[in-house]
Amino acid sequence: MNLQNIISDIEQQDPEVFEKLNGRRKAMKDFSSFAGKIALASLPFAFGSMFKKAYGQTPTDIIGVLNFALTLEYLESEFYKKGVGTTNLIPAGTPAVAALTKIRDDENAHVAFLRTAITASGGTPVTLTEASFDFTAGGAFGTVFSDYDLFLAVAQTFEDTGVRAYKGQAGNLMSNNDVLTAALNIHSVEARHASHVRYMRRARQAANPGNGLYVGDIRPWITLNSSNIGSPAVQASYNGEEATTQAGVNIRTVGGINISAEAASGAFDEILTKDQVLAIVDPFIV
Amino acid sequence: MSIKQLSESGNEAMTERALSALSRRKFLSYVGMGSALVVGASALASCDKDDDAPSGGVNLGSGDVGILNYAYALEQLEAAFYTRVMMSPFSTMTPTETAFLTDIRDHEIAHRNFFKAAISAAGATPLQDLEVDFSTINFADRTSVLGTAKVFEDLGVMAYNGAGKLITNPVYLVIAGQIVSVEARHAALIADLISNGTFSNTTDVNGLDTAMTPAQVLAAADPFIVTKINASNLPTS
Repeated sequence: MNLQNIISDIEQQDPEVFEKLNGRRKAMKDFSSFAGKIALASLPFAFGSMFKKAYGQTPTDIIGVLNFALTLEYLESEFYKKGVGTTNLIPAGTPAVAALTKIRDDENAHVAFLRTAITASGGTPVTLTEASFDFTAGGAFGTVFSDYDLFLAVAQTFEDTGVRAYKGQAGNLMSNNDVLTAALNIHSVEARHASHVRYMRRARQAANPGNGLYVGDIRPWITLNSSNIGSPAVQASYNGEEATTQAGVNIRTVGGINISAEAASGAFDEILTKDQVLAIVDPFIV
Repeated sequence: MSIKQLSESGNEAMTERALSALSRRKFLSYVGMGSALVVGASALASCDKDDDAPSGGVNLGSGDVGILNYAYALEQLEAAFYTRVMMSPFSTMTPTETAFLTDIRDHEIAHRNFFKAAISAAGATPLQDLEVDFSTINFADRTSVLGTAKVFEDLGVMAYNGAGKLITNPVYLVIAGQIVSVEARHAALIADLISNGTFSNTTDVNGLDTAMTPAQVLAAADPFIVTKINASNLPTS
């Protein structure tokens, strides 16, 4: 982190930044000595604290983005906690137990990380519990905690949606390098989860060829706008993924090489706006 | 970059000597440790360079174009690797692995060609075609191929995660985000092909992946790239 450059950027927006920071010389001194002692991973908190001391608060839009992310992490965390804790849902003695436990642990860690980051930035983290969610989505997925194949289908949808949601917020975090980097470092983990859940579903499909929840050739990445899930209820999470033009460049023909629409769409994940994400998760929130 | 600026980056030479003590193989296994990788910020230079290249190497440039060229360099490396993998698949490659690795090859070619076009569209000159060195990879051996793929994919994820904050144009930031999640999907799949269930073993105690600076990434990629790359004009914050 180049603090001087960040302050220079801020100065362009707020010419009085130096006065504010100098007026709080002790805060800066505290920050400098503190920053040397903490691990890199903690820098967002330290920066949040410095910013808060200079301005009294972190810009509310960044807090808002972090609370939006926290809401999604709670959704995933409570979903996997319930799933892993439900007897006879995940086939005992299979690698699925360890995999879904690891994903649960990652989501739990994301919740804790975001709560700490929001608090350190002077915001108030939302607090949600299992009772905050209805994972049957009002009955659309009524057997989600007794039908393992349905559980995996919902898991895939949550992960793919999470990837698109973080991506859609990156632009709103550009004013804070450390928060942006932390969000990117979560975003790629969500993509790793999505990849693995899809790989698990591919194996389940091969073992249960008659199960209508499995559709098409399930790969670790998204092909066109296919959910690979036999339910129209999840389609909103995949609409738009079929894009094959990026920043005005036609990926199918760029560089004079023919690339299939499937590969061209799979090579780039797409964003979802906050409103789109909220519409998708709304049925799951009580 | 001027010669004067080049001569001022003398600390690179010191790091170069330190790095050259690492053999390629050892360096590769070092990279495989992921989070354990700590390389000096200016550790770009190394031995084994193209004698015909200018002394400073090919310059990635500055600003957003520099970051696009940086991504273009990494995508060139990945695309070249998977093209080689699929030209002579290891004999035990299953139909599923063939399908997956073909997809990944096409994704990386799409990324590579996209960056070349985007850099031209921005009115800048794309980086030259890089000369790669895959002599340490046994393309007939599944373990060697997947082990190298894991290095490249994890490195790509860490590179994009670290480059996000260096980008000033939101359009390019979103593009980087659109690509990095696909690289992370690749990385998880390759990890699972090596050892099922290891898809997110890269996370720290907070459940986060790691971000790396361009200098760290290029140092890690250096054993596979003959062309000398000069990243000294890239933004650092």
